[in-house]
Amino acid sequence: MTDVFSVSVIVGILTSAIRLATPYLYAAIGETFAQRSGVLNLGVDGIMLVAAYGSFYVVLKTGNIWFGLLAAIIIGLLMGLLMSFISVTLKAEQGISGIGLYMFGLGLSSLLFKTTIGTVKTVTGFQPVKLPLLGDIPIVGNIFFNHSLLVYGAFLLVPLAWWVLEKTTWGLKIKSVGQNPAAADSLGVSVERVRYTSVCIGAILAGIAGASLSISLLNLFQDNVTAGQGFIAVALVYFGGWRPFGVLWGALLFSTVNAFQLWMQVLGVKIPSDVAIMLPYLLTIAALALSTNRGLAPAALNKPFERGES
Amino acid sequence: MFKRLIVVLVLMAVLVTACATPTATTAPAETFRIAVVMPSATTDMAFSQSMWNALTAIQTEMGGATALEIKYSENMFNVPDAATAIRDYASQGFDVVIAHGSQYGSSVQEIAKDFPEVTFAWGTDVNTFGMNNVYAYTAAAEEGGYVNGVLAAKLTKSKIIGVTGPVEVGDAKTYIDGFVQGVTAVDPTITVSKTWTGSFSDVALMTEAAKTHIAAGADILTGSSQSVVGSIGAAKEAGNVLWFGTQQDQASLAPALVVASQVYDWTGMVREIIASHKAGTLGGKTYTLQLKNDGLKIVYNPGYALAADIKAAGDKAIADIISGAVTVQP
Repeated sequence: MTDVFSVSVIVGILTSAIRLATPYLYAAIGETFAQRSGVLNLGVDGIMLVAAYGSFYVVLKTGNIWFGLLAAIIIGLLMGLLMSFISVTLKAEQGISGIGLYMFGLGLSSLLFKTTIGTVKTVTGFQPVKLPLLGDIPIVGNIFFNHSLLVYGAFLLVPLAWWVLEKTTWGLKIKSVGQNPAAADSLGVSVERVRYTSVCIGAILAGIAGASLSISLLNLFQDNVTAGQGFIAVALVYFGGWRPFGVLWGALLFSTVNAFQLWMQVLGVKIPSDVAIMLPYLLTIAALALSTNRGLAPAALNKPFERGES
Repeated sequence: MFKRLIVVLVLMAVLVTACATPTATTAPAETFRIAVVMPSATTDMAFSQSMWNALTAIQTEMGGATALEIKYSENMFNVPDAATAIRDYASQGFDVVIAHGSQYGSSVQEIAKDFPEVTFAWGTDVNTFGMNNVYAYTAAAEEGGYVNGVLAAKLTKSKIIGVTGPVEVGDAKTYIDGFVQGVTAVDPTITVSKTWTGSFSDVALMTEAAKTHIAAGADILTGSSQSVVGSIGAAKEAGNVLWFGTQQDQASLAPALVVASQVYDWTGMVREIIASHKAGTLGGKTYTLQLKNDGLKIVYNPGYALAADIKAAGDKAIADIISGAVTVQP
């Protein structure tokens, strides 16, 4: 039996972890934008599903992966506009409307899949690209620099999101709208516009998260292909304390433990599979319970803004 | 506040419309009516599709939709929803209601009492609850698992075989137990690694499990549930990893890499249930798909050039199981 702590196993675990973390990163970083502006979007999984379907369908028909990605972005934008309209303009209860959006996405993707494709098929999606020089570094190159473009994109997104939120005026507007919309409004910031943009950015990233499954990591579409990943992504935003690097750490922890438990099963380590499967969730719950992030929640999260009400 | 109320009302209206039960169709008196409730989609390339294919085959055999009406509810992974659908179909006067999932057992037990004139069939399980309008059905998945195992053991070069399982229950478990027995019967030195994802539908984790097996040296993979489409995708991406299917012929997903699939064929059972219903017998029996009653079939993929001597070993395993020379433990 292979030694559990051999180099090849550790490389295997970390490579898997990076792949597994990709859809969570897109979706959770996107949700971070929405929540920092004060909108809880629970429809992430629904957006991921429709975009996963849409990008898969486009790649299946055209063979062009970039058209597929574009389809995911457009679908994300449209569903983001829908979510913003319901939660910002109509000021509907955010949790409920998010669940509604999820159910809509689940049903729509399943219906479209049945009527236009019908059966499980595979496509050639984004292929792993070994980066020059970096990819040749022993061990590290294999773990980090031999992935598909969408995987690199997910990790580059983290510092970018941090920069936008922490270093730009726009980021400041997002945060102030999520923290104290009345004050932001009195200073001439359009709460509506900021929330619309933030929710739409989140939804576009959720769309890319869906595409990262259907045209990069799995290269197939099936009913409910996300299996609830969008909800894990929402949990990761809380886990990460509404900060991009916190989200990164949460996504990596969750996916590393998941990759670790798969390897333990493959190597035949004598732990019951049920315990192995529970590990990533147990650890996440434990980390969440011990973390002090709760105080970091945007003060106006989940509260529709009405001028002069508060 | 008013706006919010409107939104809630609109949402409610949409939900109510969406959930509204279809109105009973007025079918000619001679039309036989079957309804089926499934946990996944009719196109899942696995468990649900196996039943769907049987029903449509029989519909064609009987002469189309005027002779046999089929109604279905798919993706009923939520058991209370499934129970509602089962009850709806029964009260709409369907002749046979099939609850195609072992998770629907207690719902069938409860509902069948209220509709003594309707035949209920459910599986995979063996329990008819002592009711004479309930059939239970199951598949001896270990038999085809054994045959696949024999073939896999002959084909592996790395002597490592990966099994990507969903949840360690039912035919997912018995298939894999049979598979391991088949491998061991040929060569006990081969390592068979097993992974379970804890879900029938988590394609992403299933894919990663398959990639993990491949990274650990496996050159042959197998597994069950609708999420194995992910494993097959991973095998295809690796390019040189072979796949053995179960429940449904999975060759179309990777025509060059699928060696053989164990196929569930419920046609014979459904045909018999219809005939018995017409003759006045509504249930009280358990069906088991086996190689010897043609309920299980090993379908070799014509797209994969299987060496004649290896195919012969597979055929011998089939014959031995049918004759009883080999007993596979579930």
